[in-house]
Amino acid sequence: MATDTQSAAGKAAESAGMPQLDFSTFPNQIFWLLVTLFVIYLILSRVALPRIGAILAERQGTITNDIAKAEELKAAAVEAEAAYNKALAEARAESQRIAAETRAEIQADLDRAIAKADAEIAAKAAESEKAIAEIRAGALDSVKAVATDTAAEIVAAMGGKADAKAIAAAVAARVKG
Amino acid sequence: MASEGAGLEFHPMDQFIVKPLFGGDVIHWYTPTNATLWLFMAVLAVIGLMVLTTSRRAIVPTRGQSVAELTYGFIYKMVEDVTGKDAIKFFPYIFTLFLFILCANFLALIPMSFSTTSHLAVTAVMALGVFLTVIVVGFAKNGVGFLKLFWLTSAPPVMRPILAVLEFMLFFARPVSHSVRLFGAIMAGHAVVKVFAGFAQVTAAAPVAILGVVAIYGLEMLVAAIQAYVFTILTCVYLKDALHPHH
Repeated sequence: MATDTQSAAGKAAESAGMPQLDFSTFPNQIFWLLVTLFVIYLILSRVALPRIGAILAERQGTITNDIAKAEELKAAAVEAEAAYNKALAEARAESQRIAAETRAEIQADLDRAIAKADAEIAAKAAESEKAIAEIRAGALDSVKAVATDTAAEIVAAMGGKADAKAIAAAVAARVKG
Repeated sequence: MASEGAGLEFHPMDQFIVKPLFGGDVIHWYTPTNATLWLFMAVLAVIGLMVLTTSRRAIVPTRGQSVAELTYGFIYKMVEDVTGKDAIKFFPYIFTLFLFILCANFLALIPMSFSTTSHLAVTAVMALGVFLTVIVVGFAKNGVGFLKLFWLTSAPPVMRPILAVLEFMLFFARPVSHSVRLFGAIMAGHAVVKVFAGFAQVTAAAPVAILGVVAIYGLEMLVAAIQAYVFTILTCVYLKDALHPHH
């Protein structure tokens, strides 16, 4: 830097003022500036700006498309969820119906079986009662017969002559009592 | 400007001298100079920033492509908002000015480079270009109605002729302020950096001087971007007058 300043010191003598006001360099600067601006303008207007404009438009298009697609997918998902919920509700109703039906069937079977069993039990009970009554009647008769025979024997053993009819009547009266 | 201190050599303005690139002393209008070289660098920077980065045309942009797209969107929106939707046909023209000034300003911050935008010749040509565009477009679009720009209907009728004269003078001051702002800011900043660098020759002052160079350099980065922005937005504002002269 310092050496640069030293060497430039000689030349600096002529440009003691502002180099910006050295009008001899103006045509040169203006010419090259116009060339530069023209070249930059051509590069920008022919290449860079249309390209960036296209990129931005394309991106906007892609974003719009993607959002539309996302909306579509969302709608499809909502629809699928509704269908799923409907199927689920239907299945639940169906299962409840089947369960109720089955329960009713089982209840009916059970009622029928209980009724049948009750009837059978009642028949058996009646039969048994009849058998018991028969047995009881049989037993009474047997008791009567045994008692009559025994009484007749006892009377005979006591030396008496017993009337069969009177003994029977007496036994019947006692057994009854 | 070149102040000679006690034994110190200050040549803060030497960096702005236009020199022929390949020797010789005479500068013809076509002679390639250091200015030409750095104008050419600006073209390369524009190609690098806007063309090479977008060559893949990716839907999901790379970092470089993002920068190109953001720059495009930034100026596009500025033109649309400030000048109006019918000014989009001027977008390439405005974008050219913005990118050239931005690239030239930042290239000028490379040590030993040449600050093309620190020259009045350069900024004046651009400002006059905008000024003439405004006049030509203004009359072509609105005919004599363009002169309504100077006739403020919102002012009291008595004041209108006086204001018209003022507005007319201000209108012609536009290219001056437009060009001097950019050239002045860049020249002053670079000269100040050089002055601080000159003080670095003194051992005692060197640490402070070097800190000063760093600080001013940081400030100049800001100025480089802001001046490009200011020049561009003023171009938009002036063009708005051409397209819509009614306030």
